Amino acid sequence: MDLILVNLIDGLVTGLLLFMLSAGLTLIFSMMGVLNFAHASFYMLGAYFAYSISLALGFWIGLLLAPLIVGVAGAMVERYGLRRVHQYGHVPELIFTFGLALLIEELVQFVWGKNHVPYNSPEILEFTAFAIAGNSIPAYKIFMIFISVGIFVGLLYVLTKTRVGMIIQAALSYPRTVEALGHNVPLIFMGVFGVGTALAGVAGVIAGPVLSTFPGMAFVLGPIVFVAIVIGGLGSLWGALVASLLIGWITTFAKSYNIEMEAILNGIGIGTPENLSESPFRDLWSLTSPQIADILPYVLMVLILIFRPAGLFGKRIQ
Amino acid sequence: MTDTKADVKGARPDEQITTAPMPASQRMGAGGMTLSLTPWIVATFIMLVLPLVFTNNSALTIMNQMSITIIFALAYNMLLGQGGMLSFGHAVYAGVGGFACMHIMNASDFFASFPLPVLPFFGGLFGMGLALIIGSFSTRSAGTVFAMISLGVGQLIASSSVIIVAFFGGEEGISGDRTYAMPFFGVEFLQQIEVYYLTAGWVLISAALMYLWSRTPVGRMANAVRDNPERAEFLGYSARWVRYYSFVASGFFAGISGGLFAINYEILTEENLNATSSGLILLVTFLGGVGFFFGPILGAIVFTLVQTVLSLETELWAFYAGSLFVATVMFFPGGLAGLIMMHVPAVKLGKWKLLILPYLKTLLPAAIGILGLCALVEMTFHYRHGATGDNEMTLFWTTFDSHTVMPWLIAGAIAAIGIGIAKRTAPDLRDAWNEANTAGSKS
Repeated sequence: MDLILVNLIDGLVTGLLLFMLSAGLTLIFSMMGVLNFAHASFYMLGAYFAYSISLALGFWIGLLLAPLIVGVAGAMVERYGLRRVHQYGHVPELIFTFGLALLIEELVQFVWGKNHVPYNSPEILEFTAFAIAGNSIPAYKIFMIFISVGIFVGLLYVLTKTRVGMIIQAALSYPRTVEALGHNVPLIFMGVFGVGTALAGVAGVIAGPVLSTFPGMAFVLGPIVFVAIVIGGLGSLWGALVASLLIGWITTFAKSYNIEMEAILNGIGIGTPENLSESPFRDLWSLTSPQIADILPYVLMVLILIFRPAGLFGKRIQ
Repeated sequence: MTDTKADVKGARPDEQITTAPMPASQRMGAGGMTLSLTPWIVATFIMLVLPLVFTNNSALTIMNQMSITIIFALAYNMLLGQGGMLSFGHAVYAGVGGFACMHIMNASDFFASFPLPVLPFFGGLFGMGLALIIGSFSTRSAGTVFAMISLGVGQLIASSSVIIVAFFGGEEGISGDRTYAMPFFGVEFLQQIEVYYLTAGWVLISAALMYLWSRTPVGRMANAVRDNPERAEFLGYSARWVRYYSFVASGFFAGISGGLFAINYEILTEENLNATSSGLILLVTFLGGVGFFFGPILGAIVFTLVQTVLSLETELWAFYAGSLFVATVMFFPGGLAGLIMMHVPAVKLGKWKLLILPYLKTLLPAAIGILGLCALVEMTFHYRHGATGDNEMTLFWTTFDSHTVMPWLIAGAIAAIGIGIAKRTAPDLRDAWNEANTAGSKS
């Protein structure tokens, strides 16, 4: 029971982190119809900028400034890159963001080197918040949960309750009408892109100390973020939330409980073959859940795409 | 913001997601019905003669690598260029074909009565088999959804390759020995040159087959579905099935390239399946140009050369390749092939000579300026990451101290002057371009 609670918290942290990325990605997608392949790269940039700033000015200034810089960089990418490529169609846009992801990874290696950088959580948060049956929960995790929830609530408030949010929502569905009403729709697009990437930047800043900051970090998280928004349904904010939490919990639970395939197969009445090391299915028999934890999201995605192609919360697209 | 209308129009995600990356005039069409034999004869001749010109082993290795990439890029372009499907996990089909070939190689009894040149065909069959399964659900839609599924499936197979040791060999991959095969007319494929001719033969066969495929009704329908799936449906074709056929055929040829990889390197690892390889083939194909059949061939040749030459010269070659790629997407979505074919009207008008001088005036300074920029990048890299005390660096055959001001000034000046001149002469080039593409004389 206690272990379940600890895993719930761990999964929540992972899930909310994923959500901060997938929220921006899904917003950008529903607005521009383009999947930003470089989204996780902005997350990485956030971590690296925060690291550099924290060396000089400390963690908190980094938390404040790094997302801003990332957001501005994102807006510039939209203004001078994506908008130009947009005229060629959607596939080149995808290819462009893909190339950008490659380029940012190389750029990060160029500036900060190929190794991990020692980016650490602030000392003020380095204590145990509370313990559940001997499993201590670090304060930093609680801090991460609060930041992500705060951002989600703020985003929801801005999108649904403020005038800016109304215009954004209107521009999502009827860009031409909104433009006819005198709003600068390209500017709104740029702004949303900037905010989306800034969100990814925040995720990078707070995840950097926990998941370690290295040039491959975008590549590790990036595909999972796509999986999250595909499972949730492309363009759905709530779908992104549910899918992110789902992925967070599934991977955490799979890692902490050692469920063996052999036990499952025996359980449903298939006996273990006698000479296991000779059998062509030996790998299937020796599978354990921590081993496949990292590929479970992909399995989930393929299943969703086969049985419910629009995703959990997505509208059916013909 | 000049194209606001188009911008806003494209904003709806469900509105025409499949679009070829270039204006309609440049899209890859099926072309005329006449099949010209000349390029194929020339290509055959070149491939026969090349090893006589470049005889050393490293050149042969590069050429083998090139041939494998050509097949893979052409197969990839069946999806991207002809079918409008962007795949982020196509390495999987080549990889699985390769792994299957490796297992055939290791089945020694069977392999001993098996002529090696047939092996890639089996790789193709396995690639096709996988494509049959995956394609059955991934080709339901094109565009973004297809791209996502391909990414997910690619990641899934690449990461399970470490777990399924029996087939993928885990971390260290699996290796075999091609020379155990039944001798093929006395050839045992001990030497690199023999493997070269095997690979070259397969390149010609598969390129010809893929070309013929693009001329079949299915190949032409793939173009139609890429440009306007709705209209193709109205004509009575199922867009989904047309995509499925292209996908399966592409999987087959990717598998062939995987089989050739297995024969050539005799080892396959997780690297043959992962997203890096998939991304690389996208890069190669797009750089070459997706709009023309010969684009990917060009891309494979140029990229392999750039990769081998640059990676010997600098650690930063991936950075340059990435920059080149992004620049291509932004400014020349037609790729190298598109750039070349742009000049066809001028040549047809007989006015291409008008372009030579302006080109020299603009491109030469631009190239020098870009080299200056590269020098700055290299110096920054050396300054930041060089070992302490190691201030000497060699660049463009000159050795200097990267911690002094002078080299920086020189490189900066070269970059600024080169690009400055190029900017100055660019309007002249534009005028010359317009002039060369206008029929009749101006005066």
